[in-house]
Order: sequence, then structure tokens, then C-alpha cells
Amino acid sequence: MSALAQETLLAREPAGIRVEGVDLSYGTTRVLRDVNLEIRPGEFFAFLGPSGCGKTTLLRLIAGFNTAQRGRVLVGGQDISDLPPWKRDVGMVFQSYALWPHMTVRRNVAFGLEERRVPRAEIGPRVDAALKLVGLEGMGERRPAQLSGGQQQRVALARTVAVRPKVLLLDEPLSNLDARLRVQVRRELRDLQQRLRLTTIFVTHDQEEANTVCDRIAVMNEGVVQQVGTPMELYDHPANLFVAGFLGTANIMPGTVLRDGAAQAFEIDGGTRIPLPPGLDVPAGARLMFRPQDVSLLPVGTEAPGRRLLEGEIVHREFLGASIRYGVRVAGAEVLVDTPHMGGEGHLPVGGRAALALDAARVKLLAA
Amino acid sequence: MATTPAIEAIEATVAAPPAPRARRWAARPGEALAFGLVALFLLAFLVVPVLTVITVAFQDRATGGFTLAHFGDFLSNDLFMRSFFNSLYVSLMSVAVASLIALPLAYFTTRFEFRGAILVQTLGVLPLIMPPFAGAVAMGLLFGRTGSVNLLLDEYLGINIPFMEGLNGVIFVQSIHYFPFILLNLTASLKNIDRAMEESAQNLGAHGFRLFRRIVLPLAMPGYIAGASLVFIKVFDDLATPLLLNVREMLAPQAYLRITSVGLEDPIGYVISVVLILFSVLSLWISSLALRGKDYATVQRGGGGLVKRRMSRGQAIAAYALIAAILLLVLAPHFGLFLLSIATIWSYSPLPDGYTLAHYTRVFAESSQYITNTLIYAGLAGLIDVIIGTTIAYLVLRTRMVGARWLDYVAMSALAVPGLVLGIGYLRTFFGITLPDGSSLAAFWGIIVLALAIRRLPYALRACMAAMQQISASLEEAAENLGARRLRVVRRIVLPLMAGGLAAGFVTSFATAAVELSATLMLVQSSDDAPLAYGLYVFMQSPAGRGAGAALGIIAVVIVGLSTWLSHLVAEHGGGRKSA
Repeated sequence: MSALAQETLLAREPAGIRVEGVDLSYGTTRVLRDVNLEIRPGEFFAFLGPSGCGKTTLLRLIAGFNTAQRGRVLVGGQDISDLPPWKRDVGMVFQSYALWPHMTVRRNVAFGLEERRVPRAEIGPRVDAALKLVGLEGMGERRPAQLSGGQQQRVALARTVAVRPKVLLLDEPLSNLDARLRVQVRRELRDLQQRLRLTTIFVTHDQEEANTVCDRIAVMNEGVVQQVGTPMELYDHPANLFVAGFLGTANIMPGTVLRDGAAQAFEIDGGTRIPLPPGLDVPAGARLMFRPQDVSLLPVGTEAPGRRLLEGEIVHREFLGASIRYGVRVAGAEVLVDTPHMGGEGHLPVGGRAALALDAARVKLLAA
Repeated sequence: MATTPAIEAIEATVAAPPAPRARRWAARPGEALAFGLVALFLLAFLVVPVLTVITVAFQDRATGGFTLAHFGDFLSNDLFMRSFFNSLYVSLMSVAVASLIALPLAYFTTRFEFRGAILVQTLGVLPLIMPPFAGAVAMGLLFGRTGSVNLLLDEYLGINIPFMEGLNGVIFVQSIHYFPFILLNLTASLKNIDRAMEESAQNLGAHGFRLFRRIVLPLAMPGYIAGASLVFIKVFDDLATPLLLNVREMLAPQAYLRITSVGLEDPIGYVISVVLILFSVLSLWISSLALRGKDYATVQRGGGGLVKRRMSRGQAIAAYALIAAILLLVLAPHFGLFLLSIATIWSYSPLPDGYTLAHYTRVFAESSQYITNTLIYAGLAGLIDVIIGTTIAYLVLRTRMVGARWLDYVAMSALAVPGLVLGIGYLRTFFGITLPDGSSLAAFWGIIVLALAIRRLPYALRACMAAMQQISASLEEAAENLGARRLRVVRRIVLPLMAGGLAAGFVTSFATAAVELSATLMLVQSSDDAPLAYGLYVFMQSPAGRGAGAALGIIAVVIVGLSTWLSHLVAEHGGGRKSA
């Protein structure tokens, strides 16, 4: 079977997903608060957040396994909020894979087609196509218990795409795989999603997974969508301290905003002032945020025109290969600084003093 | 400095003579001795008696050579063939009726948000804590031709339902007694199905009955079959219940009657024993086939069992009504037995004519030896089981001794040996052995203890194995690392951690041994040596003794119930100390 024939058997017109004003509580615990999302047709989208942030609850809401107190979910323009799970036509791959141990791989994959009353003559080719798509041709007669974790996951994926769902939901699909396999599988997932042009939602707590495979990410915390954007947008322009801290490493320094007419500046607790562009809208309670690589470490006494210097003591050092990460104690706070490591160069001693050079253009003021 | 490790090793050997290797050798004789003693015990009291029974069944009485003539006699005799098919019919029907009782209880309590689920499951296990035959007479009084139910039915509806007529009675009593085996197994397997199993099927378009038939039922099937085959064996092998209901045309009663009336030399008893063993092995084999490679316990971390649904008002009323009816039926033997134990006269009337405590007074005054005997026999049997169970568990799990596994297999094979067969085997094997006082070993009361111990060993052994498996070897290694020697590790670490499991194993053996009758019925020689179950059986033989018999039955229920409750407490307490 050619790749093209496979795709025509398994692909369909991609559908978008809209989540409108969803509130969901378990008893008195509010799990989702006014969630609004627009996921475009054919997009690879991630729900990213720490455990308990509501991402899996939102995914299960789309699949129909729980009910919102308010709001609705639309797939391909159709409101599916009142449909039971078996009528929604959204394919879900479970975190545990949920392969039925009493059925062979083939029977597992054929299940959804049988339930949809697909003609028998069509079921065989579609099961074959789905198994081939995930690279498991010839494994059809095995039982799930005879497969490795990675293979089980492929079966779960094949079982879901075989029914040509409108959208694909992946619940922490990489969490049960070992680290080496994870990198491989996430590439394969991306490749499969592109070939089938299938709108996909990927739930994960791992920012690296989300960054590497997804077109856009919704960062969630405590039931609230914090920010939606491409991985680079989220990293470079986080909307708040949570997003800044959850994606990548962030140095966050407390301080106060000083205003003098149109001019304003941020004074880091301890005294150093960073001038801010006039007219910059600074949220209340803002703190200064910068990434470890956006600051450089200079010997004490160096001149750095146009940059602010903060003096501190180096308290620890981690050699990371391409860079060296220093922990510097400045005005009571510890700041992480990444300096690129060039072959043969030495490093600064722990316990020594150094100056941090901050570039005003690369710092951000963010509220919680 | 490259030579340092080697030099250090040599120095260490010199400085500390009991090096690890030497110590391991030193530990071996003790383990070998333990192995030998357990092997000898199993050989003498399980293997030899059973092999003796099988040999006699195939042995020509005159020449001692091999013959199939006894089996020919069995197959060509109408009475025996009728007994065989009756036994088969009663066992299969009991499985069917027990399933009808267990299915709704298991399904409703695991599938729906059900108030009182715990109560249902507790009451559902209650029948097991009563000797099955104890309820038989009470059931006759409640459901027999002139029992309470039929008297009422006749008065108001003019009908009479033959619940207790002939084989119906055996099926009725057995299925009410043994259905908990199906209930427990089925409930456990339903609870072990991860909700993702069901949700993924819904996600792919299945729901309602198709979802149940294609996903839930097949996943619960191994548990059901395990329970059902257990019910089959128990009913097929049971001797006391048919005897008490005066049903003689079944296999076990026939074997008993032949041996006790014709004599120990009559080969038909042995042929029937072989048939009983054969069917026990067969149904254990079917159950192991059903379970092989099917560890369907699919609950994942974070997942619970099946999603519990809410029932509509109408459904809830129907479900509660059904379950109430089933529980009423299930508790009928207990209720009937209790009524009987405090009744003055109870005959041809829905309820007794009057009430009295005289039966209890009589039992305590005349027959208290039954109670003390039971406590001694069951207590000793439980003790033997825990000691042997722990020894086997230790040899299998903590030493790499060749053959330790075989002790496990042989001990477990007692599951396939009906009590009646073990009893016959003991009589035949030990009859010729005389004790110093001139009496036969087969007539010694200790032999009853040994039979009880062998019968209950598989259950205690599994409890000991489980208890020891829960102890991570690293806990023991940590103790050794801190300087404790092997025996001290066992005493200070292993035994305290196993205590809960050992107590549970002891109580299981004790409680079930206390109401065992099949083997006992063969082995009791005088009523002074008889345990409670035997006394109950003797009392129940005559209408005048029924009240006292019922009182003994209630005492048995109290003993077993108390010890089950105790083991539950101990298990709960020990449960908090499982090692990670």
C-alpha cells in the first residue's frame, strides 16, 4: 500500500475546535474557570501546565467524559456539549493506552470500525492501513501484553486514527515511555499528524515536549488559561510570571516602579535602578524578569556602557557543556547566569565576586 | 595502587573468618533440615494417603495386580451412574443458581453509586461463615413441603413450590451457601477494570449493552470462571449436605455409605474417590486455563475502577428491591437456624410454637466436648498450617534451594483432594499402624487435626507467601548491613512484618477447619473425640436433636464469625505496615 493510499483511507477534512466560556467544578473545587480557546483546523495544539491545572479535565470535557456547568464545546462548528462520548467522533489516546487485554491487536484496532457499522470489506484495509501507519504491520495477531510499551502506544494510536476521528486527543502520550523513546515518538507523532492533517490536542506537563511538537500552546494554571501562543512567543513574551517561570528558566527580582513625570524606572530591592521606556504599561505588583542567557557576567570593575551592573558573589557553578550556569547572590536574591562555554576557556571561581550586566531592552516587568 | 582491592579482600578473609561464602554454607544445614521435615510431613499425610486411594482403585484384590475391573463395576452399575449424573447435575445447577444470586449483587454494587454497597458485600459473604450442612435442616423447615414459605403460599395462593424436594434441596442449599465465591471473585475483577478501558470503548463509539458485552464482561470473565469452578468443586465433593438432606444418590454419599457399611475393603469407595479427584483436577485446570496469561487487573495509577453511574429513581427502587430479596434468601438459613435453636416445637407451622433456651443449656451441659474439641483441633491445625506455610514461603522466596518450589506445588495440590478422599486415604493408610497403647493410629484424635491441617494448608500457604512477598528484600539486607545475623533478621524484621499476614493465615485455617465435616465424618471414631461439626451432624439425624443441633450450629457461626472479624481487624492493622 502506498503512503498516499494509506492517507486517503485514514485522512479527512480537518475540523477546528472552539471552547467557549467553560466553567467546571467538582463539588466546591473549581477545576476550569472561564476557559475560551480557538484551535484551528489541522493545528497541533498543546495544553501545558503543572499537574492539577485542569488540562486533562479540559481534554476529557472535549471527549465527553465530564460535564461543564457553563459554556460549550464546538468541533467543526457543531456544538457537541450535549452528545454522549460515543457520538462525538473525537479520537482519544489514553495515558494508560487502555488496550483491551482480551483482544488481539487487530481486534483492538477494528473495534471502533465495528461499532460504527463500517462494512466488513472496508474494515480489513483500514485496520491494515492504520497498523502500517504506526509501523506495526505483521503484529496484528499479538496480544497487548506481548508488546513493549512503545508498541502498545502505537496500537492505541492506530486504534484511534482507524476510525478517522474529527480531532485527535492525546493525554500525556509520552509519560509512560523511557526518555530515549520519548524523543523518537514525539517526532513520529508530529509526522503522523502532518500526514493526516489531523487537528490534534496534546496534553503534557513537560514544556520541552510541547515546544518541540506543537504549533501553539495554551499554558494553564489553576483552571485558568494563562496564555496562548507559539512556543517562541510564549518564551520570549510571557504574559505573566507563571508563564515565564513554567517555560524555561527565569530570574525574577522583586522591586518597585519609580515614576518621575513621564520617566519611569524599576528599582530592584537593594538599590539598582533600571530605566524603563516612557509610556511602557507596567502592571501593578510587577517584578523584573530576565532569562539566564540575557545577562552577562563580568569581572568586578569592568565598564559596560549602556548596561546596568549588579555586583554579587558567585555561590555555585554547573558545567552544562555548551554553557556554564552560575548562581550569583545579588541583594539577597540568587540569580542564574548562563555564559557560553568556548573550548579551552576557564571559568570564574565559586566564592569570587562578579558583576551582572543587565540589558534594559531584554528585561521584562511581569505580574503574577 | 592497582593491587589494593585484591590485597584488602585477602586481608578481610584472614581477619574475619566467617566470610560471606562460609556463612552461607553454614546456613544451609538448617534450611535442609526444614525442607526435609516439611517434605516428610507432606509425603506422609498427603501424598501417601492419596496415592493409596488411587492404587486401591486400580488393584485386583486377590492378586494385587493392575485392573480396571472396579471401574467396570462402577460404570455398569445403574445406581452409581445415576449418582454420578446426579452429582454432575447438582454441581452445574448450583453454579447456575449461585451465578444468578451473585451477578446482580456484584454488578449493582460495583457499577452504580449504591448506598449500602459495603453492607451488601458484607452480608453477601456471611453464608461462608456457616457450615453448609448446618443450614440445610433450617432450610427444610423454611422452604420444605410443609415449611413456612410453602404453608403461607398454600394458604394464600394455593400453590406449593418444591424448593427442597430431592436434588432441588441440595442445589438450593449449596448455591445459597457457595455463591459468595462467585461474588467475591466477580466483584474483585470488576473493581480491577480501569475506567480507561471503558472510556476508550465509548470514545470509539460503543455504549450500553454492547459496551458491557464486548468490554466489561470479557474482562470480568476470568474472575467469574475462577469463582464458578470453585463452587463446582465444592458442591461436587460435598458429603454432609446431601446426607443431611437425605439425598443418597450422589457420588460422595455413595462412597461414604460403601466404606462405612460394606467396609474399608470395598473398592467402589476408592473408584468414586478417583472420580472425585479427577473432576476436582479438571475444574481447577479449566479455571487455570481461564486465568492463564489473563492478568486483567488493568487499574493504572490515578485510575479507579469502572465509572460509577447514578441510577434513575425507578431503576434504584427496582435494584434495591431485587437485592433485598436476594439478601433475604441468603440470610434465610441463618435466620432459620437461629429460630430452630430457640424453638420449643416447630412443625407444620410458619413459625415455632414457643421459644426456649433449653437447647443451649443442653448443649453446654451434655456436649461441651464438641466445642472444646473444635477449638483444640482447629487451633492446632491453624498453627501447623502457619508454621509449614511460613517455612515453605521462606524456602521458596528467600533461598535458592532446588525443590523448594515442589513443596509449594505439593502443598497446593491438597486443593484438588476432596475431604472425603483424604479421610478414606487416612483410614486405609494408618489403620494398620498401632500406637503404643495398642489402638490404631487411624483412631487417634490427632489424625483429625492432621487431616484438617492438610485440607486448609493451601489457604494458609498463600497467606504466608503473600505476607513474605510484601517484605522487600532490601529491608532484610539493610538489617544485615547493620550487623544482624540471619536468624536475628528473621526474628526482628521478617516475623514482625509478617505478623498480620500470619494471623490472617491462621484464622482462615482455623475458621474453615472449625466447620469442616467431610474428612472428619470418616475419621471420628468416638463422640468423645468429635468436633462440633460432627456433633451437629449427629444431633440433626433425629428430630428430637434438631434444637440442640441448631444451637451447636449457632455456636459454630459465632466462633467462625468472631475469628473472621478478628482476622479482618488484624489484616487492617497489618495493612498499614506494608513495605514499599
